[in-house]
Amino acid sequence: MSVLVFVEIADGEIRGSSLEAVAYGAEVAKIQGTTATAIVLGNEVSADQLAHIGNYGAAKVLNAADARLNHGVIQAYTDVIAQAFAQENSKTLVLAKSSLGDAVAARLAVRLQASLASNITELPQINGAFTVKRGVFTGKAFQTAELKSENKILAIKKGAISASPNDTLASVESFSPSFNEADFAVKITKTDKVTGELLLPEADRVVSGGRGLKGPENWGIILDLAHALTAATGCSKPVSDLDWRPHHEHVGQTGVKVSPTLYIAVGISGAIQHLAGVSSSKCIVVINKDADAPFFKAADYGIVGDAFEILPRLTKAVQNLK
Amino acid sequence: MKILVCITHVPDTTSKIAFTDGDTQLNKAGLQFIIGPYDDYALARAVEIKEQTPETTVTALNVGTAETEQTIRKALAIGADDAIRIDAEPTDAFFVANQIAQIAKAENYDLILMGRESSDYNGGQVHGMVGEMLGIPSLSPVMKLDIEGNVAKLAREIEGGKEYLEATLPLVLGCQEPIAEWKIPNMRGIMSARTKPLKVVQPTDNSVMTTPGKYELPAARSGVKMIAADEAEKLIDLLRNEAKVI
Ligand SMILES: Cc1cc2nc3c(=O)[nH]c(=O)nc-3n(C[C@H](O)[C@H](O)[C@H](O)COP(=O)(O)OP(=O)(O)OC[C@H]3O[C@@H](n4cnc5c(N)ncnc54)[C@H](O)[C@@H]3O)c2cc1C
Repeated sequence: MSVLVFVEIADGEIRGSSLEAVAYGAEVAKIQGTTATAIVLGNEVSADQLAHIGNYGAAKVLNAADARLNHGVIQAYTDVIAQAFAQENSKTLVLAKSSLGDAVAARLAVRLQASLASNITELPQINGAFTVKRGVFTGKAFQTAELKSENKILAIKKGAISASPNDTLASVESFSPSFNEADFAVKITKTDKVTGELLLPEADRVVSGGRGLKGPENWGIILDLAHALTAATGCSKPVSDLDWRPHHEHVGQTGVKVSPTLYIAVGISGAIQHLAGVSSSKCIVVINKDADAPFFKAADYGIVGDAFEILPRLTKAVQNLK
Repeated sequence: MKILVCITHVPDTTSKIAFTDGDTQLNKAGLQFIIGPYDDYALARAVEIKEQTPETTVTALNVGTAETEQTIRKALAIGADDAIRIDAEPTDAFFVANQIAQIAKAENYDLILMGRESSDYNGGQVHGMVGEMLGIPSLSPVMKLDIEGNVAKLAREIEGGKEYLEATLPLVLGCQEPIAEWKIPNMRGIMSARTKPLKVVQPTDNSVMTTPGKYELPAARSGVKMIAADEAEKLIDLLRNEAKVI
């Protein structure tokens, strides 16, 4: 009756957000008096990496090591995870919110007749009723919801739990699901992806630039500060609409909703749609030359000044820390 | 080709959100409602496909009470040919998906489009659920869609980039920018929308999988600490020693 956790792989690495999901699943398992099992799809990670998922609380790791699963094929993933759920007699599936996780979770909810909650921000309350707290209205509010079915799927938002690894290793078992033809009906023809960069939704620190930067040729000062802080880079919607930065960096109500410990907004005015995407950041810094920019009202620290003059100085100050 | 576009009726993106009835209901007083921003992209792409492909029909669908009709009329003004309103409060994603799937089973749409998520409950679940209920592929978030015969060529956003895919129709897609540019209805569209058919049907199955409880607003920030521009470096010190985030 273990809690099953779907663990995603990106570029041959276990995703940080999935390790958070493992820690979350292990806590839920503890409340329910059982253990957590992770399911990993594809053959890109070594047995040693798989065993280390145990560091975050999984007692067992199932690996469906089929090369066809090295890409996130939504229907095949649905099929494999449903079979693992049955084999483990699970009642609860935990996964991290992501472009693949969301797509798979919705299909699984129908397949497993499960109650699904996404965007979950903290551990569930289990006392007779099973309730979760989740982000709604694009980050402008939270809602508690009761999950009524016996089977449950919990899609968690970054920061729902603070995961601290120990040195326990998990036992690793291979898992051989059966497939049907429909599983691979959708063909992935090409993947275009930045590599070696921190992913925005998972980053603990984000440096974001807005229209105040005036053009893509000026992004060097953002990248330098981000680099010095080991931060991911983000941007406002007009910046990605203008193609100054790639679309996956767009932060806000209609873009990525981030919850880093540090969010630095440079030359972003602080429109309500942008604020909605950053409201769950722990600490917000705003740098804007207009003292009346609305973003200052939502900030923890602010500097009124010219980004082109201030950012290089901040970068140097960060470098001097080390 | 037959396209179904599912739209939500949600508060305008500039809305300040507040609650009533012991924090169990959205306070709708003073709120403007719009087609969900992501649904609006889906609708715009559907209308473009209709313009390029002869004999294409676009049907807009909403699960909602009578108050959503203005929003549905806007979808008709943007270019949908007809509309269906399933007369029920959209209580949870499973309930909504179930209603859509029931209609879709009878109508055999080639494409079922909607936004990647609604901007009220942000579940991002309905497209996947409909796909599974109908036994056809579902993909989301889709940022590019071209139809060639009965094959869709599309791009899906993934963390840090995109993935290009090919799939045979029928499909269910959760859409986002830049799949199309939002369309603003013109005068002719607004006039013709008044007479386009809007069918109201009753829900077929009332099962839900979740029960909503109380809402709450995020904790307010304690206030901003300003640092003078000529002492900007002090920020880094404060981030390390006061906020302890670096
Ligand atoms: C339906 C809808 C959805 C939307 N969703 C989003 C969303 O998800 N995310 C989002 O970001 N926006 C979204 N928007 C757009 C939003 O309303 C704003 O238009 C946008 O956030 C503004 O971007 P900006 O702050 O970069 O630009 P601007 O508002 O133009 O602000 C630029 C800022 O830079 C400052 N500045 C200029 N020069 C300098 C300098 N040298 N140094 C320092 N500061 C400088 C200016 O004082 C100004 O405050 C949405 C809009 C709509 C209608």
